[in-house]
Amino acid sequence: MARVPIAEGLFTGPDDDPRLIGSACGACDLVVFPAQTHCPGCGGTTAERLLEPRGSLYTWTTQSFPPVAPPYVGDTDPAAFEPFGVGWVQLSDTLMIESRLTVSDPEQLDFGMPVELVLVPLTVDDDGNEVVSFAFRPAS
Amino acid sequence: MDDVAIIGVGLHPFGRFPGKSAVEMGADAIRLALADAGVEWRDIQVAFGGSYEVDNPDSVVTYLGPTGIPFTNVYNGCATGASSLDMAAKMVSFGAYDLALAVGMDKHPARAFSADSVEYALPAWYGETGHFLTTKYFGMKINRYLHDHDISQETLARVGAKNFRNGSLNPNAFRRQPLTEEQILESRVLNYPLRQFMFCAPDEGAAAVVLCRADQAHRYTSTPVHLRSTVVRTRQLGAFEVHGTWATLPVVDGPTVQASRAAFELAGIGPDEVDVIQLQDTEAGAEVIHMAETGFCAHGEQEQLVAEGATEIGGRLPVNTDGGLMANGEPVGASGLRQIHELTQQLRGRAGERQVPGGPKVGFAQLYGAPGTSGVTIVSL
Repeated sequence: MARVPIAEGLFTGPDDDPRLIGSACGACDLVVFPAQTHCPGCGGTTAERLLEPRGSLYTWTTQSFPPVAPPYVGDTDPAAFEPFGVGWVQLSDTLMIESRLTVSDPEQLDFGMPVELVLVPLTVDDDGNEVVSFAFRPAS
Repeated sequence: MDDVAIIGVGLHPFGRFPGKSAVEMGADAIRLALADAGVEWRDIQVAFGGSYEVDNPDSVVTYLGPTGIPFTNVYNGCATGASSLDMAAKMVSFGAYDLALAVGMDKHPARAFSADSVEYALPAWYGETGHFLTTKYFGMKINRYLHDHDISQETLARVGAKNFRNGSLNPNAFRRQPLTEEQILESRVLNYPLRQFMFCAPDEGAAAVVLCRADQAHRYTSTPVHLRSTVVRTRQLGAFEVHGTWATLPVVDGPTVQASRAAFELAGIGPDEVDVIQLQDTEAGAEVIHMAETGFCAHGEQEQLVAEGATEIGGRLPVNTDGGLMANGEPVGASGLRQIHELTQQLRGRAGERQVPGGPKVGFAQLYGAPGTSGVTIVSL
């Protein structure tokens, strides 16, 4: 089964060493994710910037019920639905991003804990490809 | 701003009304507001109508009579009611019209809001991967907030029990069954630490407000309620808001802080002068956070204030006296005008079983919602 990304230009790969693709402003160096052509801070033009694959957990919650589909493409059958974690991950002194977490047990999640980027399977598309998205998992 | 008065309010009950359209509810709310003000529909010179589900709230004139007035339709997320009121009030304040109306109406399906994330300037993958949910944002915000300010989950349950208790005293509320703190804490987790009975629900309803020039208010009523300020604000770079893929650090104050500060300054009134408060309680945690973001307490003081009953109807900071969103649900177009209806009844001393004692003279209302918009209104006798 081939692995395909949920969206082009979102992360590198897909492989075992992924990086999220953001953009940095040429004028003020504001980094945003995903990439935008113009800086929402100063209006300057931007260039692609790979984000840090490791960070710390700013905050988190659990998604304990299936999101509405569409737009959600994962399994929404209440019997099969696996709750997932969602969090904001601090990647630098000035940037945090929203991400799925591989862990959804509150006992295993804590503010400031180190986390690292991984790709996770989301669904299988009509051509039989495994569609993958990004998530952060607890890191040592 | 001291030149606009509320002379009439009307509310169609919030809840579920099979077979009745949102526009019909809007017409009922307008008729009640007109009767309250003692004016006729043909006297209204300008109107603003808020809704999410109804494309053209101005179609309500089919039931009331098409009179040719400028009638502008408004949608501004959860701040729609405050936005409609703000524009109607400014039309009067600018001197363009003497009598204005703001109405809100909605009829939502019984499930979490859903839309195309691309229409919110968010990538398609944001929705496809299960991020495009407002509830999980509230879970993440309150989770960090409880941690930062040493507030317990029991406080969330106390806020919920208080709002359902207030709702049980409100004949127009959607959920009128009181729930105990234990029942709330035993309901299932939806977005940790938030549980099922800590959330409001989308529902149906309508509300309307009639405004006039303050110097003409005595023609209509002996108890005009003065609109002291109406302010709408959106998020600034660095705010941590509903729906987003990234944010800058450090986190800066959100739109509720900005709107509240501006509204108090414009009104020349301080938080310590307010007698009755309506806050956006999309869930119990939002009420806790908004108590501090609006300026009624310091961050962290909510634990003690809620425990000692300060936010109860008889407390020194009565919050969501009509049950708030938790007991009334959120017909988005109408929700903010429901707050104004409640404040007006409280200031007139007509709030019945849920009347704040001691003759409240100043009221405050706040809305907040996606994608980071707040509306604040201050009224006084």
